[in-house]
Amino acid sequence: MDRALTASERIRLPTRPIYRRLGDRLFQIVVVALGLSIIALALLLAEVLFTDGLEPLRRFGFWGFLTGTTWDPVRGVHGTWPFLVGTLITAIASLALSFFPAIGVAIFSAEYAPRWLAGIVDTIVDLLAAVPSVVVGIWGIFVLVPLMQSHVYLPVYFWAFENAPGLLPVLGPPAGYNLVTAIIVLALMIVPYTTALARDAIRLVPRSQREAARALGATRWEVMRMAVLPYARGAITAGAILSLGRAIGETMAVAMLVGNSNTLPFTFFGPAATMPSVIVNEFREAVEDLHLASLMTVGFYLFLISLTVNLIAAWLQRKLAVGGRSL
Amino acid sequence: MDPVTMPPTVPSNPKPQQAGQGEARATVVAHAAPRMVTEGITVLYGKTVGVHDVSLTFRDKTVTALIGPSGCGKTTFLRALNRMHDLSRGVKVTGKAVLDGQDIYANGVDPVTIRRRIGMVFQKPTPFPTMSIYDNVVAGLKLVGIRDRALLDEVAERSLRQAALWEEVEDRLRAPASGISGGQQQRLSIARALAVEAEVLLMDEPTSSLDPQSTMRIEELIQELKNTVTIVIVTHNMQQAARVSDYTAFFYEGDLVEVSDTNTMFTNPKQRRTNDYITGRFG
Repeated sequence: MDRALTASERIRLPTRPIYRRLGDRLFQIVVVALGLSIIALALLLAEVLFTDGLEPLRRFGFWGFLTGTTWDPVRGVHGTWPFLVGTLITAIASLALSFFPAIGVAIFSAEYAPRWLAGIVDTIVDLLAAVPSVVVGIWGIFVLVPLMQSHVYLPVYFWAFENAPGLLPVLGPPAGYNLVTAIIVLALMIVPYTTALARDAIRLVPRSQREAARALGATRWEVMRMAVLPYARGAITAGAILSLGRAIGETMAVAMLVGNSNTLPFTFFGPAATMPSVIVNEFREAVEDLHLASLMTVGFYLFLISLTVNLIAAWLQRKLAVGGRSL
Repeated sequence: MDPVTMPPTVPSNPKPQQAGQGEARATVVAHAAPRMVTEGITVLYGKTVGVHDVSLTFRDKTVTALIGPSGCGKTTFLRALNRMHDLSRGVKVTGKAVLDGQDIYANGVDPVTIRRRIGMVFQKPTPFPTMSIYDNVVAGLKLVGIRDRALLDEVAERSLRQAALWEEVEDRLRAPASGISGGQQQRLSIARALAVEAEVLLMDEPTSSLDPQSTMRIEELIQELKNTVTIVIVTHNMQQAARVSDYTAFFYEGDLVEVSDTNTMFTNPKQRRTNDYITGRFG
């Protein structure tokens, strides 16, 4: 080039072909490849779980395996129903237990707390979400279980023994490792998720909505009830469902605390099991091919359930989302 | 004679406006009784002065337009009139705003009750999107615990008629409020404020997000509403101020520069800055 071009001349130059042809195309290939690989990964995962767990499905049937109440590796009989029940009970109960406290924390942090305090609360919530579940499990074993056993399980059990023996089959033996312990720990573990998602949803509600409610003579709580929570309901609900998904898949802490019993009926204070807990507890000892395959099949069902839960969350979010023009 | 039906006229005995450094007092000679009077309203954002010592009188069943360039404090002042600043951190309001003899900033006055009497309509329509049209209109009534179906129906119809929206929505009152047009949403916001029988209606650039057609509807509506309520409207649009208002107040850099009846304001402003602004020399 015989002289340096001015800025305005350079702006008007045609795009260099190497960018247009090669650069654009390369970028597109990389992005598309990455996008497709995540789909492939999910499909591959499902495929492996399905093929490796095909034998039990053949032997017991898709519904037979799902609804089979017996899990007896020694006799070669496998059904996942007890674990499915355990999973659903612990997940749903822990969500029910944690939902309102979590929403409360979210409202406090997003609306009521002064900025510095909100910052501290948010940091702690995020920190709680990052605690490894095995650490939570250890805390459960050394702190929660002894505490619950001496202050709740045993007193309640002895009370029922003397006053309401009819309750005993429901309560079960007062072992420290049981459904209730698992539910409490799970609830503690998903509180940060529900809180963080609800908090962000509440913060995203436009100021104009709050002011409109205020201008009508709404008190602080009425502003929340009338304008903020309805506006954020889609994201809050979706957040709760995603937390449910987490509770369903949570493995380590539950496996450490749930007591691990493969037989129904589960009782409040007696040992139980969930789908993830049975997988993590038994795969090392699964010497029989059918046993190992059955664990794979449990994993396959767990995969399907998680997928369903996530799809429901996405659907709910869209359905409940605030739509319409200029909003 | 109903003062409202009288066209705004130049006062028979116009006094020169005392406008200036810090003290600007409205002394418009007028035909309507004062409804709301501010005395030395000052709004501070931290250490920044948003509005400085504004004293203004809003007369019953009239429309007062607040005009001025962006950042002149007109919206800030408007929001001081129903204590909306209470919600914002770091904002301090001093001075008095007296509605029917009572200072709304006096100790023991509940801002919630004040806001029911002094309604507000915002720049952008603010229907509650998850509620139906009907529920939006009666939202304020439900807040005070009114559950009587017949009464709610009656108020809903009356308010929607007042807001000139009834004919357009009467057959879909149960439809979500987010489904109607922007202009309709703005009239819905007005109906909602009227449903709680607001006596004073504060409008913060109510047509700035609307098309000309909807703007015209709202302006017509303002003329009708004036029969029952006292209106204060912030507008960027000088023609709008001239069309809809009886009085006009010009704000500049947080000060009230000049106030008078709208005719005088647009034909014979006292202050040079006012003249410059309304003739388009700045702003």
